[in-house]
Amino acid sequence: MDAVPMSFVRYVDLTIDGKSVRVPEGTTLLQACQSAGIETPTLCYAENLTPVNVCRVCVVEVEGARTLVPSCSRPAEPGMVVHTDSERVRHSRRLVFELLGSSVDLSTADPKYLADMARYEAVPERFDTGDATGHGAKATVQQPVKIDNELYVRDYSKCVLCYKCVEACGTDAQNTFAIAVAGRGFHATIATEFETPLPDSACVYCGNCIGVCPTGALMFKSEHDMREAGTWDESKQAVTDTICPYCGVGCTVQLHVQDNSIVRVTSPHDHDVTEGHLCIKGRFGFQFVQNR
Amino acid sequence: MDLHLIPGAVASDEEREAIDAAIGAAAPERHLLLPALHAAQAQAGWISPGALNHICARLSVPPAEGFGVASFYAMFATKRRAPRTVHVCDDIACRTKGAEAVCRSLEARFGPAGQDASGVNGAATWVRSPCLGLCEQAPAALVQRAGDARGDEAMAAATLEDLVLAVESGDARAAQRTVVPQTDAPRDPALRLLRRVGLVDPESLDAYRAHGGYAALRKALSMGPERTLREVTESKLLGRGGAAFPTGRKWEAVARNPVRPHFLVCNADESEPGTFKDRVIMEEDPFALIEAMTIGAFATGCERGFLYIRGEYPTATRRLERAIAQARARGWLGDNIMGEGVTFDIELRRGAGAYICGEETSLFNSLEGLRGEPRNKPPFPVNVGLFGKPTVVNNVETFANLLDILSSGGPTFASTGTAGSAGTKLFCVSGCVTRPGLYETPFGSTLRAVIALAGGVADGRALQAVLLGGAAGVFVTPDELDMPLTFEGTRAVSATLGSGVIMLFDDRVDLGDILIRIASFFRDESCGQCVPCRIGTIRQEEALHRLVDARQQGEGGTAREVTLINDLAMVMRDASICGLGQTAASAVQSALQKFPLDTFEAPQEAQ
Ligand SMILES: Cc1cc2nc3c(=O)[nH]c(=O)nc-3n(C[C@H](O)[C@H](O)[C@H](O)COP(=O)(O)O)c2cc1C
Ligand code: SF4
Ligand code: SF4
Ligand code: SF4
Ligand code: FES
Ligand code: FES
Repeated sequence: MDAVPMSFVRYVDLTIDGKSVRVPEGTTLLQACQSAGIETPTLCYAENLTPVNVCRVCVVEVEGARTLVPSCSRPAEPGMVVHTDSERVRHSRRLVFELLGSSVDLSTADPKYLADMARYEAVPERFDTGDATGHGAKATVQQPVKIDNELYVRDYSKCVLCYKCVEACGTDAQNTFAIAVAGRGFHATIATEFETPLPDSACVYCGNCIGVCPTGALMFKSEHDMREAGTWDESKQAVTDTICPYCGVGCTVQLHVQDNSIVRVTSPHDHDVTEGHLCIKGRFGFQFVQNR
Repeated sequence: MDLHLIPGAVASDEEREAIDAAIGAAAPERHLLLPALHAAQAQAGWISPGALNHICARLSVPPAEGFGVASFYAMFATKRRAPRTVHVCDDIACRTKGAEAVCRSLEARFGPAGQDASGVNGAATWVRSPCLGLCEQAPAALVQRAGDARGDEAMAAATLEDLVLAVESGDARAAQRTVVPQTDAPRDPALRLLRRVGLVDPESLDAYRAHGGYAALRKALSMGPERTLREVTESKLLGRGGAAFPTGRKWEAVARNPVRPHFLVCNADESEPGTFKDRVIMEEDPFALIEAMTIGAFATGCERGFLYIRGEYPTATRRLERAIAQARARGWLGDNIMGEGVTFDIELRRGAGAYICGEETSLFNSLEGLRGEPRNKPPFPVNVGLFGKPTVVNNVETFANLLDILSSGGPTFASTGTAGSAGTKLFCVSGCVTRPGLYETPFGSTLRAVIALAGGVADGRALQAVLLGGAAGVFVTPDELDMPLTFEGTRAVSATLGSGVIMLFDDRVDLGDILIRIASFFRDESCGQCVPCRIGTIRQEEALHRLVDARQQGEGGTAREVTLINDLAMVMRDASICGLGQTAASAVQSALQKFPLDTFEAPQEAQ
């Protein structure tokens, strides 16, 4: 796209929580909230991915709208009057967290989500039932961990179905399309075709899905094994930035090192070369060289 | 993108042939995915890895995505399944006619739903089904047959013996009919939308013409698109698919949109429990729908139309296939329609068992070969619709009204019915009623009047409740029967006409059981995209189960469940992406408010 000269940028005036806010046209309500210093929880949104607006944790109330709107994808419009802390907004955010917490194992989720849950006073246990078998018993997405390759594991008991991995594997980064959402409703899950093991699928082990997964459902096998063994300890880990040496692109990689072993490799989401995405060499090559 | 296929999975010759025939000579584009999957399913009884490989290779679709689409639909099996599946409706209207007892008997005889039926050597299975759109002939069933030239067939009313026969031999005794009591002698002379039903052979274009068919299209062609649009706007026609949006406004927005091409879509996915009106129009007057779609295309500048019909309507599908072929042969579809230089053609596409695909944006995704997940709105279809282009999408009944609007003029149409609801309305009356069936009345009749037209509550029983508008509608009490059945009249009492469902429950019906079935319908049909609906619908169902159990056991402790149910209702209504989640609590909430379910005594047993 051609650069738009500054003088052509049009601005939109709106009100958020009683404050007047002016933002460039095309700004989302989420960005407008950020510019006004209002913190908004997000889960399925990521700066390096196309918004899918499915989690609904970022909803806000727009006066005149029948339902709440997802701030991560709704552009600001002139004259909008937005409430981010109304009773309805707080209720929906709390319930979304409670619904997720009641059905998904969030034990390895990014601590930021647990903080958001606390902020909205979510009590997922409200949905627990004493009776685990009757027809009123609580369903969860509990299922066995999928370990079918040496590089990473998939534990869909921890999946919040944020679609991020699908986007990263598809048009937003990798263009491999090894995984997609399959099934429907509560039984919808991330899957390869017919749930074939990854080595038989189109997966090229770029690990970009791991990089975007917010819950640890997708995890380096090294991390998974250490967690199983009880030796995973982030307080003992150092993170070193370096440039991946495998080719001339110059991706920044962050090596997470514990006890002299590389246990995880990431790339910063705001890095302008990678936008957080790598290939198999950058993602797993270090470990491979070092561990084997 | 290099396609990586499933290693070692090869389609059988028969699968390959069926898939190739469905894809045909057309450019192998992704929107052919659903027809190709149908072909594979109809050939082998399931979507095998080999068949998926072949489809994906031909259409350049990554197999993971192809699997994601195939596994979205209830009529497709992605694990090997017996070639014959008997879908037995256990939804709310059929429950009032003993469907649950029938299902239990089938279970006792053939084993659990979804497994190979015992005693038939892997030839058949039976499954429970949501509403099959045959509620007026409840209980209903559908026989889905693979590798069998007879294809699928609907059965209603189906006795246990009929179903046993269907499972054991595949014979669909008790074939469905059409029940329109106002066409019985003495025939109601005021019928408009139903005027040809029962009088005109739905398989003959000549018969249709002899009864006034194609006069409206001729008139539109002579008036030109602008005047045609004006008539529609002046008619004040509101959409009959549930949202009551002004049709004229929608059409004008598409007609004036400079982006090309424009598409026209007829929404015939009719899957709202209790709804069967569109089925009757398509079965009994298919040419009327084709003519009306052609008028719409002419007025809005569309050359290509899609008619998306629910997969469980085999009779309507066959009638429409024939009708489209006849209209084409006569030069009334295709290039240079009626010699007037107008081009328009219709592709008939079958859904595959997904209520959500009736939501317009989900329908577009389904047509495009994607999962039937609703899109975020805005943008609206008139700007960004099918294939990202401006799109007219209307319900079957909405289209059917076009013919009268063109014949008698928009203002005349607007003068019928009430100020806020022009024209006539089709009502799907079912449940505990003397003469269930499809009824047409001018807008303005009260609920009481329509129930009286259908002969009142069956067997002289007392009325307990009426479900108005479908599973996404509301329950009303016997004290509310004087509400006028208009868009404005129902809105005024926080009810809705929805899709025109009027389902009666007498004092023998266990309302708790009905509520649980409604909740499980939404749980089954949620596309799974957004958290409030994906998890909210299952939590609602669970809490209702506990509430109803506690009530039956006379236990206390129901306040907790009521709180949960109300909390869920609020988040589903406020924060769900689409109308499914937004209304998934509607009927349950109305029942909990109007009927004291937590204290409520178990209903009297049938005498
Ligand atoms: C969950 C859901 C299911 C729907 N199912 C149907 C349907 O089966 N048929 C239909 O015409 N409209 C259905 N609708 C409404 C459509 O989204 C849309 O409003 C309608 O097709 C527009 O046509 P109309 O203006 O002629 O009513 C459904 C909406 C939702 C939210
Ligand atoms: S590792 Fe890369 S290719 Fe494999 S599933 Fe994840 S994103 Fe797709
Ligand atoms: S696996 Fe992770 S990234 Fe993928 S949908 Fe689940 S939670 Fe999101
Ligand atoms: S409300 Fe339900 S059906 Fe609609 S998008 Fe969300 S999950 Fe899908
Ligand atoms: S962050 Fe906006 S819907 Fe998920
Ligand atoms: S056909 Fe069974 S409820 Fe409609």
